[in-house]
Amino acid sequence: MSFSVTEPARRTKIIAGILVAGYAIITLLPLVWIIATGFKSPSDAIAYPPKVFFEPSLEGYVNLFTTRTRVTDEAFAALPPPETWYDQIVRDSRMVIAGPSRYGERFLNSVIIGFGSTFLTMVLGTMAAYAFSRFRVPLKDDLMFFILSTRMMPPIAVAIPIFLMFRQLGLNDTHLGMILLYTAVNLSLSVWLLKGFIDEIPVEYEEAALIDGYTRFQAFWKVVLPQAATGIASTAIFCLIFAWNEYAFAVLLTSGTAQTAPPFIPTIICVGGKDWPAVAAGATIFLVPVMVFTILLRKHLLRGITFGAVRK
Amino acid sequence: MAQIRIQNVRKDFGSFTAVKSSSFTVEDGEFFMLLGPSGCGKTTTLRMLAGLELPTSGEIYIDGEEVGQKPASQRDIAFVFQMFALYPHMNVRKNISYPLRSQGMKRAEVKRRVTEVARILGIEDMLDRPVGRLSGGDRQRVALGRAIVREPKAFLMDEPLGALDAEFRERMSEELRALHDRMGATTVYVTHDQLEAMQMGDKIVVMNHGVVEQFGVPQQIYDWPATRFVAEFIGSPPMNFLDFNAVMDKGTDSIRLGDATIGVPRQIDGASGKLTLGVRPEHVRLTDSGAYRGRIAASEYLGTTQIVTLKTPNGQVKARVASSDPVQVGDTVGLEFDARTLTVFDAGSGRALVSTANREVLTHG
Repeated sequence: MSFSVTEPARRTKIIAGILVAGYAIITLLPLVWIIATGFKSPSDAIAYPPKVFFEPSLEGYVNLFTTRTRVTDEAFAALPPPETWYDQIVRDSRMVIAGPSRYGERFLNSVIIGFGSTFLTMVLGTMAAYAFSRFRVPLKDDLMFFILSTRMMPPIAVAIPIFLMFRQLGLNDTHLGMILLYTAVNLSLSVWLLKGFIDEIPVEYEEAALIDGYTRFQAFWKVVLPQAATGIASTAIFCLIFAWNEYAFAVLLTSGTAQTAPPFIPTIICVGGKDWPAVAAGATIFLVPVMVFTILLRKHLLRGITFGAVRK
Repeated sequence: MAQIRIQNVRKDFGSFTAVKSSSFTVEDGEFFMLLGPSGCGKTTTLRMLAGLELPTSGEIYIDGEEVGQKPASQRDIAFVFQMFALYPHMNVRKNISYPLRSQGMKRAEVKRRVTEVARILGIEDMLDRPVGRLSGGDRQRVALGRAIVREPKAFLMDEPLGALDAEFRERMSEELRALHDRMGATTVYVTHDQLEAMQMGDKIVVMNHGVVEQFGVPQQIYDWPATRFVAEFIGSPPMNFLDFNAVMDKGTDSIRLGDATIGVPRQIDGASGKLTLGVRPEHVRLTDSGAYRGRIAASEYLGTTQIVTLKTPNGQVKARVASSDPVQVGDTVGLEFDARTLTVFDAGSGRALVSTANREVLTHG
């Protein structure tokens, strides 16, 4: 039997495969559970032992997007026949649709705040990282440490001061306020990650562009940015995931107009009994944008998370 | 094309001085070499010419215009980097046309110029290839293409052959020189390789520790080094140095080395104390009778010549003699030096003493 340094032995590969598959199952199981629950009827959802096979129902999704009321038997009987499939589903539980729920708005808030803050973080972070990487900034190391230090305390420690500040500035429960807050929190991560990526890009490329008659900003825009695309994409994913999932600040600082989906989803439970399928449906839809964003940037992410360890 | 003049240029990085008050002139159309060991300030000097670094003090004139504090994009010069610095996300054609597009040149004109340059460099068939898959020599050609396509006032090259294999290097250096001769473009070329500098350069500046040691045509620098550093840095093997103590009067034309009298070019100024006699290996002859004697320690065979290492009372001497000369390690032989070619240095300052032979070279540069 011969051994090769580069090619692992067959048995090693099998063991590695089993480990990876096992890990994947463990991490993916809650996801499967959530998605499945979204399609169960309320009684199936709380059945014990849990039902693996069940009759799929869209009741959870209908409940997620509507508010419903119970009417007297006479009034129910007097109703015209249901006009749409979702009317029908609600009627099956002897209820009628009173109006749309707020989930759509909350979801849109999440999109605006999540992507808005990610975009702003990337714009500011890329420029700051470029400056730290290329210019002789006085007290550079200290400044970099200060930036990092904003990440060293738990968010809840600053929640009260931020709440008071926001109230004073009229930023409570506004999109702008949340975008600024998430940008501030994410900037430390993005400056540090992006500086690493930009450090890896040889400075000669920009110098060549300067010599070729371009301004410093054009060189940054046309030469550095394309080179840093990988790093920017993977950093953007990290920032988006944070802003998208953030719960503590959102609970504290938003309640109406600018409330994001994470604090909203649990409130569904209280509307007309423990409606687990609706909660699961809300969580499932909430997963989709980050999943799509991550899949779109997957290639960059895989290369990016090596943090420039591989020389291009 | 243009003349480049550097006057009292100095560059400090914090407390470190990379270039101390350098001055020299590159004439229009010259192939000019900036030569020195690493860390001598030659690259910093070149980068100041390019506008990639701004001088702390002093002036830089390109074509009569003072550009010392102007950004690179406004100097109309081209720069060839050691690592080529081709834009990795563009193909060959885009790389070459990139400087033209910054000027907003018409598409048809850009295309014509790129095709023309590709023909000159023999890279027509790779215009649409990504630069990542080119060989070192081809990358260098593309980098040159990007430089010449602009028809700039001058070319600045930072060890452009440094990243190439030895075999490619030879060919590219010939190509480069031929290209220069055809275009007649003022070129400033940084290298630490003295052979490259001697082969290719019309003129050479030798730098050390941020100071211009000497400035002149290759032969003058080789024959009449202004300092001991230059004498040692240029030539392989380098010049031999024999230390001695003496008092030399004005106008003397010989020195005493032990018991032997050695003829030297007539000295203009007198000197005394610790002195050093410099002699090139090819100006040492081995004889049986010579009064100045040394013992043969080793011999290296180099084909037509051999390098003989001798121990003398004043230090080690290497002689380049015909390989047909019989040489026996351990023998004691006489050494004769070609009196017209010798240089005496002041051992303390390292500067060459002015004689009738090197006066012209030392005073003009």
